[in-house]
Amino acid sequence: MKRQIPLLITFIVGIVMVVQYFIPRQPFAGLFDTFNQWFLIIAVFALILGLMNLVRLHVQKLRRMKGGWGYSIILLCGLVGTIFTGALWGIGTGSPFNYVFVNIQQPMGATMFALLAFFIASASFRAFRARNLDATLLLVAAVLVMIGRVTIGALIWNKLPHIAEWIMSYPNMAGQRAIMIGIALGTVSYSLRVILGIERTYLGGE
Amino acid sequence: MVQIIGIWVASLLTLCIFSFLYKDNPFYKFAEHLFVGVSAGYWAMYSWYNILVPNLGRPLFIEHEFILVIPLILGILMLLRLFPKVGWLSRWPLAFIVGMTSGYYLVTFLQTNALEQARATIIPLNHINNIILIIGVLTGLLYFFFSTRHKGGIGFAARIGRMFLMVAFGASFGYTVMARISLLIGRMYFLLGEWLHII
Repeated sequence: MKRQIPLLITFIVGIVMVVQYFIPRQPFAGLFDTFNQWFLIIAVFALILGLMNLVRLHVQKLRRMKGGWGYSIILLCGLVGTIFTGALWGIGTGSPFNYVFVNIQQPMGATMFALLAFFIASASFRAFRARNLDATLLLVAAVLVMIGRVTIGALIWNKLPHIAEWIMSYPNMAGQRAIMIGIALGTVSYSLRVILGIERTYLGGE
Repeated sequence: MVQIIGIWVASLLTLCIFSFLYKDNPFYKFAEHLFVGVSAGYWAMYSWYNILVPNLGRPLFIEHEFILVIPLILGILMLLRLFPKVGWLSRWPLAFIVGMTSGYYLVTFLQTNALEQARATIIPLNHINNIILIIGVLTGLLYFFFSTRHKGGIGFAARIGRMFLMVAFGASFGYTVMARISLLIGRMYFLLGEWLHII
């Protein structure tokens, strides 16, 4: 019951998803859309589960007055406030919810990722040493692509943009293609193992 | 006025996050926690209005598509994970998600990532660039082939493949850096333009 039914569900759903691709007739034709709709619904419940977990974690932190509990209040206020504005006035353009998104969520998200520019720069400064041929190739490709794709690259040497383009179109494409084919073969074999019940780690312990 | 307040809030929060460049500090922690809370709330509401209402609420309760009771039950079972005694029931919706993803990826990855990429590599050897592309793909694949020891000719080919992979990683790295830098430029434009009106 605890393991057999989930394995059976995985097997049936997995096989149906494969079969519907090869038989574009009823009842298989509409199954992809139906399952996709179910998938989205369950995914939202998974999101709700995550939210509940987040709230539980921070409420516990507040109750026990653990270090940094004040930040938990900020987090919970942000969460409740956003849900409140969305639930009361909807999420359309010009709504308070949209105002929160444009002036709080979006700028902070962009800044968080922009912050990574500094860390990437500092990490590459430490890691990018031309110690051997492989490291040198990585370094040269990265530098040429970066310089070749900005205006100053063409000002330094007008061939740089062409070199960057050539790197992207041929050696880079070859490497990316090898990686993509490798990932695809790995995904196919892993998916087969999951559907056939050989791979069961997603079920957890017990 | 409301817009000006919004710009000030966004600017101050941006500065709070940038303050992490100095070191971890209460301003950064404040912004970080607010970001997590607001993002969680945002995605909750977004999913409610754009996924749950059109895919479950309206069809089930207004159009009476009772088949949707199945994903509703599976969704509720997912929430049982919070209760240790019946937590094992959450494996059922998880099994559905895993099964669907596996079945879907099995076919699509095989088609788009393996077959299409292999087909795109079958090109005439009439130009040095085409030769480079084919050698790169074949040797790169050989590098990932671990069923035989990388010695002699195979070892040499795998070595060539690794060099192509390094170029690909370097190019990807370059692109990642550029994407982050362009985000940084965007934030600077916002701070110096929209907020301070210097530029």
